[in-house]
Amino acid sequence: MPLPYSKKVIQHFNKPHNYGKMKNPDGIGEVGNIICGDVMKLYIKVGQNKKGQDIIKDISFETFGCLAAIASSSMLTDLVKGKTLEQAISFDRKEIVEGLGSLPPIKIHCSVLAGDALIEAIHSYLTKNKKPIPQALNKRHQQLAKEKQEIKETH
Amino acid sequence: MQRIYLDNSATTKIDKKVFRAMEPYLKQDFGNASSLHWFGQNAHEAITKSRQQVADFLGCNFLEVFFIDSATISDNLAIMGVVKQALRQNSGQAQKKPHIITSQIEHPAVLELVEHLEKDGQIEATYLPVNREGVVKIEDVEKAIKENTILVSIMYANNEIGVIQPIAEIAKVIKSFKLRVPSSKVLFHIDAVQGANYLDCNVDKLGVDLLTLSGHKIYGPKGIGVLYKRKGVEIEPIIFGGHQERGLMPGTENTTTIVGLGKAIQQVSSFKFQVSKIEELRNKLIDGILNSISGTSLNGSRENRLPNNANISFSGVEGESILMALDQKGVAVSTGSACASGNLDPSHVLMALGVGVERAHSSIRFTLGKYNTEKEIDYVLKILPGIIEKLRKISPLK
Repeated sequence: MPLPYSKKVIQHFNKPHNYGKMKNPDGIGEVGNIICGDVMKLYIKVGQNKKGQDIIKDISFETFGCLAAIASSSMLTDLVKGKTLEQAISFDRKEIVEGLGSLPPIKIHCSVLAGDALIEAIHSYLTKNKKPIPQALNKRHQQLAKEKQEIKETH
Repeated sequence: MQRIYLDNSATTKIDKKVFRAMEPYLKQDFGNASSLHWFGQNAHEAITKSRQQVADFLGCNFLEVFFIDSATISDNLAIMGVVKQALRQNSGQAQKKPHIITSQIEHPAVLELVEHLEKDGQIEATYLPVNREGVVKIEDVEKAIKENTILVSIMYANNEIGVIQPIAEIAKVIKSFKLRVPSSKVLFHIDAVQGANYLDCNVDKLGVDLLTLSGHKIYGPKGIGVLYKRKGVEIEPIIFGGHQERGLMPGTENTTTIVGLGKAIQQVSSFKFQVSKIEELRNKLIDGILNSISGTSLNGSRENRLPNNANISFSGVEGESILMALDQKGVAVSTGSACASGNLDPSHVLMALGVGVERAHSSIRFTLGKYNTEKEIDYVLKILPGIIEKLRKISPLK
């Protein structure tokens, strides 16, 4: 059954921001699973601000999923673009739901998925560049890897 | 905005003549059909007329027609009623559990009930697979049927893919089994909700004992269905509290919806000539989509299918997002994707076809009806390629 979506969700779905594959990204996060009907790919490019801090200079997504998944991806890219890596690491995915106005309860997982895509993209950047990985980030990364394995095994 | 309704398997727009027939029963003709006075008898007469209209459609006696508050309740009554009857007859005897045969692609009104009864330990169940086309194999019925089988329940035509099942042939298998095993009491129930508009529902030609119909799929009102029960077939009631419908559907009869269903079913016969028009439009839609959009495929048999159904998968794009994009352009369809189902599982029907999860998540069901026009189909064919192209640009699955 189609769900009642907020105006903002529909807007992001109709005209998503920052979508499409990125050439030579510094980090890629891929989450979700076709079995569950959602696949999200997030690309980031990392640069430096005037203070010399790592920032998310560019970001884009590719999403196979429902309206909420596409809108969540688009919202996320808006929210973290230009943020320092440190800020992005502590990004609270609740901001996605707030930014979108609301999401139907059954679609909250779409915003969780988007948040996880960001974690995975940052994790891949830090790993590739042999930079220290904060404990909380690593923990979630391992959890996600475990879930991926479990879905593979049960299907 | 112009609205185009292509979800006629979900429900249909009420026919004007049906609406007009119902109107008096919401106004001056409000009597309770069980009352002995003029008001009551007036309602009773209307219900009897409607019962005869259904009987004419099914080719049966009007006493074999029961008005039931919905098709879901009718399915439940047929199955649970047969099970309760069998359990009562078995009580005190060391007999095997009653066995039910159904298919993996049934409507939840049947499937979830059979699963529930099985889980509860009341019955044993066989869920017949379907082939890639979506059709139950006769040999599988032959193999599954056994001495303790009390019921075979198979849908006439599927609600998602519109594929038609070989009902008369299954009935023959059951009949020949009964000849071989005279103690067998196996009954045959079909859910004909989706088939009623387009297929022959003569119960003798089909060879069925129980049959379910719905009002709102045939341009009639919601909240009313039918259970046909062949003379001599005994089932136990599942709801208690009154004599109405000879104890099988207690509660004051809803004269309005019953009259509406009767009128709607009478209209089905007169609408038969429009079927070829619907089929032509449906074919235009299928061919138009398959030819103009790459990575598309039709789910289920092309030939063995209701003339109004097109169920198509669009690779790389999730169904609910297509549905919502179409809805914003005024086109109403449905999908078998998990996102739209309220849980994480894609359509059990598409999964039973073996098309795989991605195709199941990417499916859109278009179901036409008697009010659709060629202009509407042209409009859909015009806007759909752009919608799919845009969503594919967003998708990581190429």
